[in-house]
Amino acid sequence: MYRYDEFDQAIVDARVAEFRDQVARRLNNEISEEAFKPLRLMNGIYLQLHAYMLRVAIPYGTLDSRQLHMLAHIARRYDRGYGHFTTRQNIQYNWMKLEEMPDLLADLASVEMHAFQTSGNCIRNISSDQFAAAAADEIADPRPYAELLRQWSTLHPEFSFLPRKFKIAVTGSTIDRAAIQLHDIGLELVHGAEGEIGLKVLVGGGMGRTPLLAHVIREFLPVADYLSYMEAILRVYNRHGRRDNIYKARIKILVNDLGPAEFARQVEEEWAALKPLGLDPPPSELARIAAHFQPPVLDADAPVEIDLSNPEFANWVAVNTHPHKVPGHAIVTISLKAPGEIPGDASADQMDLIADLAKAHAQDEIRVTHAQNLVLPHVRRDALFTIWQALKGAGLATANLDRASDIISCPGLDYCTLANARSIPIAQKLAVRLAPQEADLGELKIKISGCINGCGHHHAGHIGILGVDRKGEENYQLLLGGSGAEDASLAKILGPGFDENGIVTAVEKVIGRYQSLRSGPGERFLDTYRRVGAEPFKEAVYG
Amino acid sequence: MPRLLTGNRVETGDVIWWTGDGWSLHLKDAIAVDDSGEALIAQFSPQERINDLALIDADPSDAGWRPRTTRERVRAVGPSVRPDFALPSIPVESI
Repeated sequence: MYRYDEFDQAIVDARVAEFRDQVARRLNNEISEEAFKPLRLMNGIYLQLHAYMLRVAIPYGTLDSRQLHMLAHIARRYDRGYGHFTTRQNIQYNWMKLEEMPDLLADLASVEMHAFQTSGNCIRNISSDQFAAAAADEIADPRPYAELLRQWSTLHPEFSFLPRKFKIAVTGSTIDRAAIQLHDIGLELVHGAEGEIGLKVLVGGGMGRTPLLAHVIREFLPVADYLSYMEAILRVYNRHGRRDNIYKARIKILVNDLGPAEFARQVEEEWAALKPLGLDPPPSELARIAAHFQPPVLDADAPVEIDLSNPEFANWVAVNTHPHKVPGHAIVTISLKAPGEIPGDASADQMDLIADLAKAHAQDEIRVTHAQNLVLPHVRRDALFTIWQALKGAGLATANLDRASDIISCPGLDYCTLANARSIPIAQKLAVRLAPQEADLGELKIKISGCINGCGHHHAGHIGILGVDRKGEENYQLLLGGSGAEDASLAKILGPGFDENGIVTAVEKVIGRYQSLRSGPGERFLDTYRRVGAEPFKEAVYG
Repeated sequence: MPRLLTGNRVETGDVIWWTGDGWSLHLKDAIAVDDSGEALIAQFSPQERINDLALIDADPSDAGWRPRTTRERVRAVGPSVRPDFALPSIPVESI
């Protein structure tokens, strides 16, 4: 994986020193909160309901064991012993003290990490496929391209004050595990006519207040030119994005207002002017970055057959592992969704354990998924039992990947100042209630947000739940039919909302109706919904 | 309706409540500021030591203050999903 060069490290170290001075001046009242707030936000520090919250960037969701141990150390030393992995492949800490933040950021910098651009109207952490470099369905590893975007976008002077925040996802597979159709820019590695690698460019997707799917504005972009093309997209957006209205300021609104064809035309025009200026790095630079992502040397003769006589272990292997492109290996997803627990939360001890397992058994790599789980991408199948036993001892061996209890949930009103309703308790109740039947239900993605901003991706849920405020009390809307995968679609509201207990009952009724309607055990909830429409579910819920 | 003055301490982010002669981490120590609330905010704001100063509505009860909205009850107690961190203001289960 990528290692900082002297420039990367110098940038991060300088920012820590700068912020140390800013914090000292704020604590001494030499600068006001009004002046300080944008400075702390630029370093990922929010003031939430109970304390400061720090969001740490995990570029394209990739960590090594040294970094995950550091995240565990931060949880222990500066927080209350845990962290929360987010739908942006980042980690958040909920109990931060401003006075300790400079030391914390220095600790992070010591392992080549930071919290830049995890807030504010800038290009946020670049996200990617958690199975990168391991999946058999991949054209190429998307992370070198994501890394170059990270370097390009870090402290980019022209794009540090965009009309609104900006999110980019990159994938190397047609199996979309990175939700590229729901990002401001989605990039998919594709083959050109001669077999060369290029990028399909999608623009204008997003969730939140105005959910929209992205449009393809270029079917094939040579990789040698993609940085200048990104620059052209951002320039058009920066020029015409709606700075006058925060609710209409995302690029999706601009693309929708102009129309994808006209937006693409303006980008091409801008690009024609930009491209000759030499913004794109020489091929040697992309090659230098790509060299950091050389696939690990794995033993293709490792045994494929393993002892599956333990039924609990066999079930975990069946549900939580995927085929690796190298025979005899597997991709392991570690569920952070044990029913009744808080989705995405991991204790410091759990992080340390996973880091140790990655070091011993997974080529020292860990990935964070946008579904708030962790992945060990390169594991010999004959090590799976050892890993499973270790995970089981730490409460991490839940076999529920992509099933009903593998629920995405934002922090909601339990932590977040923006939230209107709590998300986590709904996720906990649903997970406990649905877990006993989830094997029968198959793939079922439930996603819960505590407000319209949609951090819990409710619009991309097969079943989505949106918490709203009704005269100071929590109320929950039920949405059906969304997907963040390659078959992306936006979930639609079924009808009037419910209270906390009512929404759980409503979801159970929806699932009950699905079981009676499905054409067979292989038909997913989403497929049944698409086949029969909303009416049968509306009838089941509202009578 | 009684109104309480609250905010977050700059150094730590802790939720704090105005007690009449200082600030407390505990809702039970809060006093109703009612009509003097705006004046207190005007007094404390320029000092820049408390962030997000706000007046919230609360009802008196035998167990102490009960903030009117779910948001303020969560804020007073702590995350409802982490009762191990709950402050002794109102029972977590009654949020």
